[in-house]
Amino acid sequence: MHKLLTDEPGKKMLLLGNEAIARGAVEAGVAVAAAYPGTPSSEISLNFFQMAQEGDLYFEYSVNEKVSLEVAAAAANTGVRSMCIMKHVGMNVAADALMTLAYVGVRGGLVILVADDPSMFSSQNEQDSRYYAKLSGLAMLEPSTIEEAKEMTIRAFELSEQLEEPVLLRTTTRINHSTAVVTLNTITPPKTEGDFTRNPMRYVTVPVVSRQLHVRLLANLAKAEELAGQSPFNYTEGKGSWGIICNGVSYTYVSDALDDLGLEDQVTVLRLGFTHPLPEKMIRGFLSTCETVLIVEEGEPILEEAVKALNDSAIPVIGGKGDELFSRLGEFNPALVREKIARWFEVEDPLKSATDSAIQANLPPRPPTLCAGCSHRATFHAVKKAAWGMDVIYPTDIGCYTLGMLPPLGMADFLICMGSSTGTAAGFSKTLDKKVITFCGDSTFFHSAMAGLVNAVFNKHNFTLIILDNGTTAMTGHQPHPGVDMEKHGLSGFGRIDIEEVVKALGVGHLSVIHPFKLKKSIEALEEAFAFEGVSVVIAREICTLYGKSLKLPKMKAFYVSDKCRNHKDCIDQLGCPAFFVKKGRVKIDSDRCTGCALCAQVCPENAIRPVKK
Amino acid sequence: MNVIRLMIVAVGGQGNLLAAKVLGEAALLADIPFRMSEIHGMAQRGGVVESAMIFGDAKSSLISDGEADILAGFEPLETLRAIGKCNKKTVVITNSMPLPPFAAAVGQSAYPDPDELQKLILEKAGSLNSFDATTLATEAGNVMAVNMVILGALAATGLLPVSAENIRETIRNKTRRNFVAVNLKAFELGFTTQSR
Repeated sequence: MHKLLTDEPGKKMLLLGNEAIARGAVEAGVAVAAAYPGTPSSEISLNFFQMAQEGDLYFEYSVNEKVSLEVAAAAANTGVRSMCIMKHVGMNVAADALMTLAYVGVRGGLVILVADDPSMFSSQNEQDSRYYAKLSGLAMLEPSTIEEAKEMTIRAFELSEQLEEPVLLRTTTRINHSTAVVTLNTITPPKTEGDFTRNPMRYVTVPVVSRQLHVRLLANLAKAEELAGQSPFNYTEGKGSWGIICNGVSYTYVSDALDDLGLEDQVTVLRLGFTHPLPEKMIRGFLSTCETVLIVEEGEPILEEAVKALNDSAIPVIGGKGDELFSRLGEFNPALVREKIARWFEVEDPLKSATDSAIQANLPPRPPTLCAGCSHRATFHAVKKAAWGMDVIYPTDIGCYTLGMLPPLGMADFLICMGSSTGTAAGFSKTLDKKVITFCGDSTFFHSAMAGLVNAVFNKHNFTLIILDNGTTAMTGHQPHPGVDMEKHGLSGFGRIDIEEVVKALGVGHLSVIHPFKLKKSIEALEEAFAFEGVSVVIAREICTLYGKSLKLPKMKAFYVSDKCRNHKDCIDQLGCPAFFVKKGRVKIDSDRCTGCALCAQVCPENAIRPVKK
Repeated sequence: MNVIRLMIVAVGGQGNLLAAKVLGEAALLADIPFRMSEIHGMAQRGGVVESAMIFGDAKSSLISDGEADILAGFEPLETLRAIGKCNKKTVVITNSMPLPPFAAAVGQSAYPDPDELQKLILEKAGSLNSFDATTLATEAGNVMAVNMVILGALAATGLLPVSAENIRETIRNKTRRNFVAVNLKAFELGFTTQSR
């Protein structure tokens, strides 16, 4: 049985933040969940995917975040508890659905989890999703700890039903990827069957309906503010006329800092967990007891601006973001928060330590690389050879292949978001006198790059799209996508969409499929595609080597460097495969890491790289 | 109770997360407050994996620069890279066997000299136990058991609030059955290294 389905109330378990959230949803009786994978939220959907195979919960990997929210929104409007999970930038994709769903509302609880990534450990920006609560007029909860993440997930379903609106549950990476001991509660069996009564004047958002629904949303927002004022997630602790207002994970740093600085009797903390709408009365009351207030929040000065707007006198003095105080950049940490608290309240920081980053600066870096045997390396190499002598720009997309930007491959020139490969390729092709070659992955193709391809065919753009089809959503941990044959993984009840057939049906002028480890043939096919005027597509098809390993596909023989090697080092200089190393000036291959893809053997000018004989 | 902050650093694939999980489960077994956070964005693609573990009554799950009580590294260069987490009292335990990053492995950049590396660590830390955990893991039966060797050495410092017996029990119950014998042997070899 899946560990998150353990039905032993009171049992203590060590859980990752993402597991605690998934468990909270199970305890709340979630019946429908949908997501497009995105780190730092990926493990929530992974656990739902696994649990759905054992119980009544329906989970789907939707094609993108917008669709996942639409699936969950409809289910919730039949009275069934539903959840939708995404990373912060996924919310941008889902925002169109979100904004009007807020007007329509829900019947069954709908919790939308949005995971922000301050410091951008695995993201292209560090946008602050709290603005989405304000923009949409929906309630938002923000946990400070793992235990609270589970509790808030349950409460978010209840709140959603109370308000008849979706509720946003916002985490940051530090919650998603931290672990703590969590106590299990009772699992509520999910109610999986919904009902729906026709009422177009309530549910079909034509202008005349939406004008009424906007009134409804504002009334709900007022009700939500009242609930925020009574919420146990908004509380004060400590005493004294110095004040701190904080949210999310910052609260844990504040709490530890006050301990370390011995300020428990001087500082009162207002911890906000129900952060939209803000409990205005509570905040006003808090301000009236303080001489000076520091706002501790990662990201944008959202609390700070709101609190300053609520403060109608010269006292207290309020600080938050600023040159001497907190930055809008990156995630906080305990020492940083302690230092700023000491500075603001003008007390000594006894633990202040001088750090010295000089040592780290000189160390050889260890950047992530494409795996040994990664087929993307072969495709990038083939593209480089086929485009030799051409003036090329390479827009790219989001996936493992973004790592192709690193030397020696250097195959990435422009990237903004999921699916941007095809749209940006179109723009470049209009204004540059260069060959435009763009890359996207198979999952990214379905997510949103496909729309750009439709656009390119219609508007007669001129570029080559290489679809790196490795049979899985590799970057986020090998989730399936609509192109995957689920039967092969022992899972029934799925359709399958063949990328090749889709591209053909779109009327792309030139289409070919390559197997990138067959280097010569691949280069020839790519040369033809590059010579084509108009939109050409090349599908580079080869399973992700890591995924193949996890599926226990038969291994190929590793290769070794024979004495014919004359140390050109083309293999290292052109491919940069991490299975290579140099010992006493000679190139070697680590046979444990070599997957036998044979790419290097085809690059070696001396034919010196050979399969190991058993 | 006294708060103990332990930082574990490794290269993706060295089993850092399992070692951290064993310590967490051992803390749960002993009813010791425990929090942990991981940075493993690109672990499977050869990047660095960090686990911050906090035993005791602290609320945060992150270790700031200069605030680790113990730093354990599965690879010497990564131990040195994390030296910013240490202060002059920090106990450092590291595997001495390098796993050079690609650029160093192919001679495009230099891997630090082992003696120099140890000197740099000792300049910033309180003490250092550097030993070949890779060979000990191989001796225990699996080169992948470096994580258990280091765990053994960690347990032998006596600084962790969880007992060696709790960790042994967790290894028996929470690591894969086929590997329990090797893991326990690796743990004992590491334990002896530190106690010597």
